[in-house]
Amino acid sequence: MAFIEVRAVYKSFTASNGAARQVLRDVSLDIEQGEFVSIVGAMGSGKSTLLSLLAGLTTPDRGTVSIGGEPVRGVHRHAAFVFQNYSLLPWFSALENVRLAVEAAFPELTREQQLMRASDALGTVGLGNAIHRRPRQLSGGMRQRVAIARAVATEPHVLFLDDPFGALDALTRETLQQELAGLGSQSDRRVTTVMITNSVEEAILLSDRIVPIVPGPPATLGVAIPVELPRPRSVAQLAHDEQASHVRAHVIATLTAAPGRLRKHAVEANASSPVLQAVAKETL
Amino acid sequence: MAKRILNFLLPLCGIALALGIWWAASRVVPDLPSPARTWEESKLYILEPLTKRGETDQGILLLAYYSLVRVAQGFLLGIAIATPIGFLLGVSSTLTKMFDPILQVLRPISPLAWLPLGLIIFQKSEPAALFAIAVCSMWPTVINTMLGVRAIPQDYWNVARVLRLSKMTTFTKIIVPATLPYMFTGYRLSLGIAWLVIVASEMLTGTPGVGGFLWQEYNSLVYAHILLAIITIGVVGFALDRLMGFAEAKLRAV
Repeated sequence: MAFIEVRAVYKSFTASNGAARQVLRDVSLDIEQGEFVSIVGAMGSGKSTLLSLLAGLTTPDRGTVSIGGEPVRGVHRHAAFVFQNYSLLPWFSALENVRLAVEAAFPELTREQQLMRASDALGTVGLGNAIHRRPRQLSGGMRQRVAIARAVATEPHVLFLDDPFGALDALTRETLQQELAGLGSQSDRRVTTVMITNSVEEAILLSDRIVPIVPGPPATLGVAIPVELPRPRSVAQLAHDEQASHVRAHVIATLTAAPGRLRKHAVEANASSPVLQAVAKETL
Repeated sequence: MAKRILNFLLPLCGIALALGIWWAASRVVPDLPSPARTWEESKLYILEPLTKRGETDQGILLLAYYSLVRVAQGFLLGIAIATPIGFLLGVSSTLTKMFDPILQVLRPISPLAWLPLGLIIFQKSEPAALFAIAVCSMWPTVINTMLGVRAIPQDYWNVARVLRLSKMTTFTKIIVPATLPYMFTGYRLSLGIAWLVIVASEMLTGTPGVGGFLWQEYNSLVYAHILLAIITIGVVGFALDRLMGFAEAKLRAV
């Protein structure tokens, strides 16, 4: 039995005009403990909805989702979430933002211990000397580091990443991807992670397995593609790696072979990124 | 530099013009005192603003102080009731649907209508005045707090859910800070209304204060003092609004 199990899940939303729109149809997915799985799809393909279901932020119309053998009811107590738009509280410093999560996860710790843990987590993401700044005084990349620190500080068993680098500029994104990859490979206990993204490169860099989402609506899942590249991986190395380009081609083929009006979009978005990254490397 | 002089001079020109109109009107209306006469008859109150000569014959600052104390009490009572109501209505759409009609009907009722009811309930003018102030001034706070809670971005609710914050923590760490600017806008409007109400309620109950003074001087036919009271009411109201505006701006800057 897999750690996270999604079984025949359906989800529809009712639009304001009363029409029901099916977003997910008969979606099933298994994720093993310690695995890093990326769900790759174009914008509007229903991948955010799928992640919300996994994380317990919404409930499926039909079908079941379970984590560790227990059906998901509400947010799992050992789950952490990183949002695309950071979702930091602007009235708190970086440290307080992280401490709030630590406090919720470890209420038995003293305030000093919570602060210690929070500042350690911020140190890990390279924000050791910006802990007292408010989110407004931080750049987008730094804010997302705080959000990652907030997620990691609670020592989650499951980590949900909702397009975590989507709002960042290309160079910052690459740095953070690299650091997240490093963070994952150096820790002794690997956290089961589900990330959604529209970047195939990002998925290849970070994942053990890539699940392409076939654009809908309603969206269905394509066949999962394993990424059996040694870690740590780097963007530069992946740009020329034969196996990586094989995976890349495979994912793009799945995304584009599917019928759907967003297909063209997906190709453009994904095909352009390796080129851009190669260019970025050259100029550096 | 020229602009700064202009910024200083233009308001003075406006005041001079207003005084001119006042003066012209006093020539036409026989009982309306001219600016000069008003000053002549009022200067004792202004130059000795803290002297108490009798129960109602007091310096203007002293009178304003009595009114302000009453306003502060009524206003604090009002927002102490209004803020929790605003939060409840903001959080629960069921409660909003239940109480919205009542809210809409109670809101436009004039202080003059509440006061007699207060007198019946409390039998004394002082608590009746506080009652009228509280009831009239609470609505902007109720409504703004409610709107503030509803305007909390989904992101912040997501944080609360994802971190599995308790209801209490969600309230103190997310709902209150996110709503604070709206609440203060409500407080500012409420204070403005409280100040409007105090004058009316003092006039009706004859309690010492700027409004009471105004009514008493009207009855004793000292018309210059009516104008003194009116100007005082305006200046104090303006100062209160500026004070709250300042507090609000400080808060928004955070």
